[in-house]
Amino acid sequence: MITKKEVEYVARLARLKLTEEEKEKYTKQLGDILEYINKLNELDTEKVEPTSHVLRLSNVFREDKVRPSLKQEEILANAPEVEASHFKVKKVIE
Amino acid sequence: MELCELTGNELLKKMEKKEISSEEIVRSVYNRINQVENKLHSFVTLTEEEASLQARNIDGNMRKGESRGLLAGIPVAIKDNMCIKNVKTTCSSHILENFISPYEATVVKKLRDAGAVFIGKTNMDEFAMGSSTENSYFGITRNPWDLDYIPGGSSGGSATAVASDETILAIGSDTGGSIRQPAACCGVVGLKPTYGRVSRYGLVAFASSLDQIGPFGKDVEDVALLMNVISGYDENDSTSVNVEVPDFTKSLIENVKGAKIGIPREYFVEGLDGEVERAVKEAIELLEKLGAKTLQISLPHTEYGVAVYYLIAPSEASANLARYDGVRYGYRSPETENLLEEYEKTRGEGFGAEVKRRIMLGTYALSSGYYDAYYLKAQKVRTLIKKDFDEAFQKVDVIVTPTAPTTAFKIGEKVDDPLQMYLSDIFTISANLAGIPGISLPCGFSKKGLPIGLQLLAKPFDEEVLLRIAYTYEKNTDWHKRKPAL
Repeated sequence: MITKKEVEYVARLARLKLTEEEKEKYTKQLGDILEYINKLNELDTEKVEPTSHVLRLSNVFREDKVRPSLKQEEILANAPEVEASHFKVKKVIE
Repeated sequence: MELCELTGNELLKKMEKKEISSEEIVRSVYNRINQVENKLHSFVTLTEEEASLQARNIDGNMRKGESRGLLAGIPVAIKDNMCIKNVKTTCSSHILENFISPYEATVVKKLRDAGAVFIGKTNMDEFAMGSSTENSYFGITRNPWDLDYIPGGSSGGSATAVASDETILAIGSDTGGSIRQPAACCGVVGLKPTYGRVSRYGLVAFASSLDQIGPFGKDVEDVALLMNVISGYDENDSTSVNVEVPDFTKSLIENVKGAKIGIPREYFVEGLDGEVERAVKEAIELLEKLGAKTLQISLPHTEYGVAVYYLIAPSEASANLARYDGVRYGYRSPETENLLEEYEKTRGEGFGAEVKRRIMLGTYALSSGYYDAYYLKAQKVRTLIKKDFDEAFQKVDVIVTPTAPTTAFKIGEKVDDPLQMYLSDIFTISANLAGIPGISLPCGFSKKGLPIGLQLLAKPFDEEVLLRIAYTYEKNTDWHKRKPAL
């Protein structure tokens, strides 16, 4: 249904580091869940419109007016690492 | 009788007559917490100091005769996925363990403006993913009716806190049954409003097209009162709907004469526990006796609800939870070599097993080559499920079902079998997929002494009919008055 290789591929897409044990477990569990989900194929949905959202909204705009926002220090207060009023991350470009 | 045992409406009347103060109520609630919290673990964070200060301020204002809010001085517990300013919002997750919210959720602001006193933040399944509150990073919550059983989930802490008098009122969120199912398991009243009725601003997103905030109370009257406070359009949530909010307490009318009640045959099938079935059928008979008309109906796509939900909710979750990257807030894995490794380790270590499982499932369903077969297919079947309800509500005012197929199950029973866990939401999930409102209220007890929940569903924005029928049922029964022996 789903192979360990696929699990590893999906984990990479989702930016999740999994242990060997987790990979084995998810291969089995996701396989079971997907098998259950395949029951949807019993239904012919060729002519059915998809529902992404019950309210069927399109874009909602507000007026482009300046409003108060949080202060910089309030936003940075939860950051794991800060330097000179910036979020600090590892080097991105070599 | 201790003050904490009373309902919100009873306490408000006593305060009106100046018989009691908010400070006394808050003290009574905290005494109760000190007695039973070590058995239950309803809370992740307790805010006693702030609560006492809030209560004293409200008492002071009342003495000065200043105008009072609808909930002036009444304790409310908030599920730990909604932001109270300057208080931790953990979502019961390691990844948000130390996150202190710099802003306030709209529901919290509305409650604060109404004079509510915040008791603490309640335990939940991590990121609201689960049906048993066993998926919390901070440990499980136990059912006050039997400590070996789960309280339901994901809003398990909110349900147990109300059931055990650790708070008067509570707020939860419901993505696939996370208010109604724990309300049923714990013998309290819980309402999931119509999608868009209550602002989600400041609610940590799980599945944005399904999430909705709603109230828990010891009776229907308290739930109506909370609905009056939390409902309404909010410009900070563009999916909140700009419709007039009725006075929900006006629906507290003891009269179901002529109400048309639909009984969907797909909800009374194999897998439904015998004791639950009997209690729900007796409830239906009582409503008939009180003058309601019952009608057998069909919601033919019911059996596909769980499959649709476990594609749509994880898909939305995999996108929503992409923000937890260890950069702006939350846990960051120490000692990594490069940015990619930092992301992967932060998320691998920061999320629990169920959250990772759902991110994996959602990422898979949205990945190239599988989108049409899974996500698009699920959206199409979602249309069919919604259509079932649209057609049913042309014939009936309200649909009556069991809230869950069984009473609460044993702690540990389903942790290793996610699919079995998912199937415990089979009767609540469709309401989220269709965006309709639903309420769960107590309708009996099993021989073991565990509560049974009755679910009522109505068409969008007709919470009023739910409240009227639930209120009438409650006035003619006394299940809601029973208290667990702790």
